[in-house]
Amino acid sequence: MISKFFAAVGLAILVYIPLSMLVGDYHLHLMIQILLWAAIYTGWAIMGRFGLVSLGHGAFMGIGAYTTVLLWNEFGISPLLGIPIAIVLAVLVAAIVAIPCFRFRIIGHYFALVTLALSEVVRLIIVALREHTGGSLGITPLRHADVSPLLSFQFSDKASFYFVALLFWVFTLLIWHLVDRSMARPAMMAIADDEDATASIGINVTWQKLRVTLISAALTAFGGALYGQYQMYINPDTVSGIAVSLQIVFAVVAGGMFVQFGPTVGALFTLMLAESLRVLIGNEYHGADTTIYGLMLILFIIYMPKGILGAILARFAPAKTAQFPDSKPGDAESSTAR
Amino acid sequence: MEAIFDIYFLEALVNGLLLAGVLALLALGLNLIFGVIDVVWICYAELVMCGMYGVYFLYTGGLPLILACVITILLIALLGFLLHYLVIQPVLDAEPVNQLLVTGGVLFFLQSLATLLFGIDFRNIGLRLPILEFQDMYFSFARVLAFAVALIGMIGLYLFLSKTYLGTAIRAIHQDREIMALMGVDAKKVYLLTSAIGGGLAGLAACLLVLQYDVHPAIGLTFGPITFMICVLGGLGNMIGGFIAAFIISEMIAVGGYFAAMEWGYVIAFIFFIVMMFIRPQGLLGKKR
Repeated sequence: MISKFFAAVGLAILVYIPLSMLVGDYHLHLMIQILLWAAIYTGWAIMGRFGLVSLGHGAFMGIGAYTTVLLWNEFGISPLLGIPIAIVLAVLVAAIVAIPCFRFRIIGHYFALVTLALSEVVRLIIVALREHTGGSLGITPLRHADVSPLLSFQFSDKASFYFVALLFWVFTLLIWHLVDRSMARPAMMAIADDEDATASIGINVTWQKLRVTLISAALTAFGGALYGQYQMYINPDTVSGIAVSLQIVFAVVAGGMFVQFGPTVGALFTLMLAESLRVLIGNEYHGADTTIYGLMLILFIIYMPKGILGAILARFAPAKTAQFPDSKPGDAESSTAR
Repeated sequence: MEAIFDIYFLEALVNGLLLAGVLALLALGLNLIFGVIDVVWICYAELVMCGMYGVYFLYTGGLPLILACVITILLIALLGFLLHYLVIQPVLDAEPVNQLLVTGGVLFFLQSLATLLFGIDFRNIGLRLPILEFQDMYFSFARVLAFAVALIGMIGLYLFLSKTYLGTAIRAIHQDREIMALMGVDAKKVYLLTSAIGGGLAGLAACLLVLQYDVHPAIGLTFGPITFMICVLGGLGNMIGGFIAAFIISEMIAVGGYFAAMEWGYVIAFIFFIVMMFIRPQGLLGKKR
């Protein structure tokens, strides 16, 4: 009840922000970035928190962004139709790789490396199709002055896109909530602990894993498409490949992948950190911000594996965490206690 | 049929073989660490990048090339040692995924630090090695050298692992982690030593790579993924398997590059890797998991 009240107030404030005219374009831009990435990170964590650490989400994001832009530029198909097509394509690719992965029990390091290869495959294909995609130089969605912004999905003001991003972010949180409330959660937690034992009590391991993977891939592709529409420029390195995959994983780890708002905190933290370091240090020391960022990531993973929000929640709500043990995969005590 | 015996095609094949040498050398150190410590150094190629900068600055600073290489190998060995001591050791008992991620953090850190210190310029050591000509086919001497050194390195590592006491300890840890502690082997020391050797091999690879490629902060990303693929494809800890995998992957890249754009060669190689993981997850020559 109380949490619902807070959620309503928080959402009201978030909705009010662009209308208030108190924030300038720069801050609005930052908030859009945070919301978009927070949604993508949440999408990743929906599978990541069950021990399915994918380094392939750069692939889904790239498919989402590039399919949408290419359909618009080459065939004039509106992103309203293009985004669903892009999502279907990403889900198909996810299924093609994930089904054999789960059937042949590719887990842990091996799963990470297979998905890593996938994200490189997508990045390289984008680069190789340079006649259509512009290769490493990237691509810009064409602007048509005579087309309504609703059809082209290109908004001249930031406030409109802010609401799109906000809606998308709330949507991913809702999906997280639904997965959390469904039978998928206990099933996936059991799978993370012991696949054979889970299969022995009649749970279809492959299907359970596949379902969260496909949901996660779809959300990431969606996020990639929106990112492309917002930035109005994408290139293979900003939306696909290892760099993006790692960026996603790290932000989630920093924020906390086992709690609903963890990925959002991760997005807030990493973007604010990068931005403030950039402002603080200035642009002449190229790389200083990411150096500190990298160092902090290492420290985080060593000393705060639950992430910022995870650690805070564990400290301030010990009663609640005792009641619902953290869904940390491979944690034998918590699973037997339940 | 004529096209198959095209001299350029043959040249592509041989160049693929030579590329295999470089990749096998890269995979050698990673394979050792992967096999013994069971940790994937995502940042392995970044150690190589550091080594390339090392050789570049020492050589252009006036040291003879050989000396620059030896110092670099020692420095990167130290870096490997520190990497294990400072970063891996604290998370050794954590989930495997955390170990993977923490080295990913090191990747970010080293890459950004190189950008900060050296800028994003492409730097060339400025040493022109001769191009070998054989019956109208051209091969880079640097690649032939890399191939030879990779072979020597592999044999050297094999002899070290099979003939010395430390090598035996390393192999024993690889076979059974738990029991070895009871046999009086200090796993901590073996891990540190393995990391140092792995780092040294990265340094060695760097010395050879800097002869053929410009060094820049993001160069690790070009070699990194392909190196993991080769290690896993060859079977973890299996040096010969690694060599064969390097050969297959580099022929795919070379032949793909001959028929179409270079990227398609890589695409085929990566897809081959993914499919092979489904068919033989233990690697080409690996034992059943």
